[in-house]
Amino acid sequence: MFKVFKAFVQKELYHILRDKRTLLILFGMPIAQVLIFGYAVTNEFRDAYLDVYDQAGDYLSQELVQHLQSSGHFKVNQMIRSEQQLEDGFKAGTTKLAIVIPSDFASELSEGTSVTVQLLADGSDPNNANTLVQYASTMIGSFQQERLAQPTNPYQIDVQTRMLYNPQLESAHNFVPGTIALILLIISAMMTSLTIAREKELGTMEILLVSPLPPLLIILGKVTPYAALSFIDALLVLILGYFVFDVPIVGNLALLLGVCFLYVVAALALGTLISTVSKTQQDAMLRSLMGLMMPSMLLSGFIFPLASMPKVLQVLGAIIPATYFIEILKGVMLRGVGFHLVVWEVLILVGMTIFLLFMTYRNFKIRLE
Amino acid sequence: MTEHAIEVTGLTKRFGDFTAVDAISFHVSKGEIFGFLGANGAGKTTAMRMLIGLSKPTEGDGFVAGYNIRTEAEQIKKGIGYMSQKFSLYNDLTVKENIRFYGGIYGLSKKQIAEKTAEILEELDLLEVAKKTVGALPLGWKQRLSFAVSMVHDPDIVFLDEPTGGVDPYVRRQFWETIYQQADAGRTIFVTTHYMDEAEYCDRVSIMVAGSIEALDTPKELKKQFASTTMDDVFLKLAR
Repeated sequence: MFKVFKAFVQKELYHILRDKRTLLILFGMPIAQVLIFGYAVTNEFRDAYLDVYDQAGDYLSQELVQHLQSSGHFKVNQMIRSEQQLEDGFKAGTTKLAIVIPSDFASELSEGTSVTVQLLADGSDPNNANTLVQYASTMIGSFQQERLAQPTNPYQIDVQTRMLYNPQLESAHNFVPGTIALILLIISAMMTSLTIAREKELGTMEILLVSPLPPLLIILGKVTPYAALSFIDALLVLILGYFVFDVPIVGNLALLLGVCFLYVVAALALGTLISTVSKTQQDAMLRSLMGLMMPSMLLSGFIFPLASMPKVLQVLGAIIPATYFIEILKGVMLRGVGFHLVVWEVLILVGMTIFLLFMTYRNFKIRLE
Repeated sequence: MTEHAIEVTGLTKRFGDFTAVDAISFHVSKGEIFGFLGANGAGKTTAMRMLIGLSKPTEGDGFVAGYNIRTEAEQIKKGIGYMSQKFSLYNDLTVKENIRFYGGIYGLSKKQIAEKTAEILEELDLLEVAKKTVGALPLGWKQRLSFAVSMVHDPDIVFLDEPTGGVDPYVRRQFWETIYQQADAGRTIFVTTHYMDEAEYCDRVSIMVAGSIEALDTPKELKKQFASTTMDDVFLKLAR
């Protein structure tokens, strides 16, 4: 039996190694994804352009603008002269953030009355607008503390913030676990569903089924090489994350890899399940993209937090294996938690895997009848 | 045990209300070339799937290579070869690798595979292209290679499902010569086809219409029975 299995794996490796596209997906994609997520997708910014509509034009307002620039986050784009100009700038898209300083800025402040400074941001890009406004507000706040340090009210609440486990708020810490989840899913689920669908398209699946091979062995022979390769990819992403983006692995590496293995089995079962209902490679591709990739990317909490989604989407997110996998990865990698703290998530993942394996086996049997 | 390579009685397959194969009975002798004909949708493929252990009959019984098709499908699979209309070779594997793989899944030893490979390459005159990928071969070559590969484990019976689709008459003729060689060597050949000239090559022919076998005899007898000069004519008279 082992000899037969070996013949199978060898054949599968020939397929993989001889197809440039497969190789590209296997090794090009994980690297590209890590680098893209690492360098391009980031919430931090430097040198954002700021438009200033300084109606006061006095020393104090100029110092405020100076202060804003001193952080290195903002650069003054242009001085606005009229409201019309302000509106034109936003419409043309050249203005992302504008500050309007009222004409009585200095005088009102020195009189001790409070004064309003207006921040205008382009809300058509809400994430960006939010971040810009937050930074600017913080800077204005610190200006007030520095320049006008005579609080009328001695009881001030001083807020001290510390971001645990990721003090610099590096986005890499979030995307490395997410990328591993996606990559393992793409390779284990999508690639296996594709390769099984291909055998069907070619008619070779029929020959295999007519041969004395037990169906289970056919499936195992097909998925084993992909399981091994996706594991290599998971390691590749971890190593890239560690050396290029300083993403730590605080927790137990064995636990981490064990969970990866569990997830790979679940993904392989999903891939095989998809292939049992797909007749062609195209069919399998569409099903995996729509049924697996999209939800795993959008609803797993990888990009958008689950807690802020409508109930329906939260429920959908709760039945996606990637949701739990990412949760466990973050816990083990970043917070260094042990098995006892992720046991619930691991159990859910085990349950899902058993369910998927059962469904796959049943479907495969039915198809044979 | 039976002296026939294939023997079925009252073989029936229903999918819900639809009866795809309706109580067919026939036998195929050892070493015979048996043509299994029928229009598209007549139930040929369904009947054949039951014979090769891919599908369980709803009713009826049958023996293939001495084994019961209901209970001993796994034994049957070891004793038969199967070639489908899609040729079923891996285009990105070389000729040798294809032979090695199929030999491997039938549990042949390294030595057996090496011998078989040499034999096939020699017989089909493929020595020069042994290390080329199958995708680069002409259709006719692929077809003969596929036939040879389906017999890599020396089965007693070979099932050919429309083996000559898409190739020209000359290549078809060539292919039938190799079929004859195998039959002469004692192998039973069970072949489905759409080409009526090929039906003439068979020892006996059955014609399926709407799930039942409407005619079964030698081509010569069939032509006499239906007062026709060609098998084409016989087929048209039946299928209409």
